[in-house]
Amino acid sequence: MNSTRKMPIWRILMQWEVILFFMFVAMIVVNSSLSPYFLDSNNILRTTFNFMEKAIIVLPMMFIIICGDIDISVAGIIALASSFMGLASQHLGVGTPALIFIGLLTGLSVGALNGLIITKIGVPAIAVTLAGFFLFRGIAYAMLGDMAVTTYPESFAYLGQGYIGNTRVPFELVVFIILAIIFGIVLHKTTYGLNLFAIGNNSTAARFFGINVNRIRFFNFALIGLLSGLASVLLTSRIGSTRPNIASGWELEIIVIVVLGGVSIFGGAGNILGVVISIFMVGLARFGMGLINVPGIVMNIVMGFLLLIAVLLPGSLRQLQSKILTKQQQR
Amino acid sequence: MKKLLMVLMAVILVVGMVSSGALAKVRIAMVVKNLGNAFFEACRDGGLEAIGLGEDIELIFRGPITPTAEGQIEIIDSLIAQKVEAIAISANDPTALVPIARTAMAAGIKVISFDSGIAEGGRILQLDPSGPEFIGRQQVQIIAEMIGYKGEIAILSATSQATNQNIWIGWMEEELKEPAYKDMKLVATVYGDDLSDKSYREAMGLFKSYPNLKGIISPTTVGVAATGKALEDEGLSGVIELTGLGLPSEMKQYILNGTCKKMALWNPIELGYSATYIAYKLVTGEIKGEVGEVMSVGKMGDITIGEGGTAVMAEPYVFDKSNIEKFAAIY
Repeated sequence: MNSTRKMPIWRILMQWEVILFFMFVAMIVVNSSLSPYFLDSNNILRTTFNFMEKAIIVLPMMFIIICGDIDISVAGIIALASSFMGLASQHLGVGTPALIFIGLLTGLSVGALNGLIITKIGVPAIAVTLAGFFLFRGIAYAMLGDMAVTTYPESFAYLGQGYIGNTRVPFELVVFIILAIIFGIVLHKTTYGLNLFAIGNNSTAARFFGINVNRIRFFNFALIGLLSGLASVLLTSRIGSTRPNIASGWELEIIVIVVLGGVSIFGGAGNILGVVISIFMVGLARFGMGLINVPGIVMNIVMGFLLLIAVLLPGSLRQLQSKILTKQQQR
Repeated sequence: MKKLLMVLMAVILVVGMVSSGALAKVRIAMVVKNLGNAFFEACRDGGLEAIGLGEDIELIFRGPITPTAEGQIEIIDSLIAQKVEAIAISANDPTALVPIARTAMAAGIKVISFDSGIAEGGRILQLDPSGPEFIGRQQVQIIAEMIGYKGEIAILSATSQATNQNIWIGWMEEELKEPAYKDMKLVATVYGDDLSDKSYREAMGLFKSYPNLKGIISPTTVGVAATGKALEDEGLSGVIELTGLGLPSEMKQYILNGTCKKMALWNPIELGYSATYIAYKLVTGEIKGEVGEVMSVGKMGDITIGEGGTAVMAEPYVFDKSNIEKFAAIY
């Protein structure tokens, strides 16, 4: 990365994060003009409940996509972890700490299993996690069938429904902010983060440089498993109920958010700032559409459209930039 | 950059103020299990019929794409934020919606559930499309009329442990004690376990064991369709009469060819009408929502709020040649 100081103004303006920021502002302006209820701090804080669990999985998904991998089994992991928590709560009557442990452990184990198959056997991540997409939720259906588990201890509800002290700030939001800071530091200030970009740009070259590519990829999948487990704990606590169809369809929205955040779907490029803006942009856009009662199907069309923009635009921007750069250098 | 931000904030503020004009209409939201479901689209049509009664009412029809609790929570959240006056919900999960429904009620919104209820404490009342006594008595009345109040009848139920069916059968036996049915005799109750092939075999068994059989009641959608098929295959259409609780789309052919001249099930249009009507009257204060209260619900007549805040709408809607085509297209 070149230092920002020397960047000419057009390069700053053409950075995806800056464009995204302006899109975010435009989204706020449009939404507040469409509904008088949009710009209300209580409403906005409360609506974060609806996308914080997704946001928590977006962070490790950013690592995975930067590395050139993908994981589409995350919502399946949520369902599986939630089912285990549900059965433990219903049949063993375990308390909140044990439930959290079961949720995290299930996620971590399943994620590590994905990682093992991908790195040791060398199957592409899309194939392995597609199998997981069907398998994990399938197991949840096999365990629960039409049954719903709704017997959770009362203290368990705080994690997903609670606020910090007497404020209107959701506990889930704070968990996300802390995680986002950690992920940002790891991505941009540590060797681990540097290695992620190196692998995504050219994994063969990265291997020649002595980076243990497979260990890092394995660690990424274990990590996304763990955080899917955490998301499962929070979501299960928030709705106080486990059904096998819990969180269905989330994997796509999570990937949309990551890619819209400027992480290249081909790997090798990405930025925590863009991803965080993207999380709030998508979450608040959904809220705004909800306020004017846009049907869910139209919301999905909008999401698909955003994804298309996100896949096409940053790539063409990069091409444009390099074209201009080479022209300048030729001069 | 600072200046730019200031300008943006000013724009947002102005836009926010301009658009916050007062809305005088009573907005009633109907939240269904999922979109693209013909049953709920019929509920919406009923709701539209109900709001046609006044000019100051607006119906907001919402539902998630997949039938999940979290999808409904997000929708209810946006309805609370836009301060609708009432919400009528067919819940994907009875307990998961309790916290958000409580939040809505605390914000002064009248919350009721219909079809699939929210647990007590999360709604003012639950509207069931029908009740056990209505169902049981009506089934006997229909078959009696078909066979001229004379002869042997049998029941083909779901499983022997099926709670709903057993309660309905209890009411059928109760109805049969009335003097009008003194020439009718219930000779057998058999169980098809809600499987098509087993129900078919049980129906065949009834034909053989009871050569004088005049009528069969099958209070399960699987059983009544399988019995219709068995009657046709044996050439017994019109010899043995059939009624039950059936899906119009599955029963259409048997009703049109006279194998099953009449059968019954809930009518989603009436259900949507009643739910919307009750929600509106709760807003205007004409209905209080107290246990024991008799609500006057427009064209549906009087509906009483029973134990646990559960109101039973009406006896099942009877389908015959005159209306089956219309409803077969719905569900």
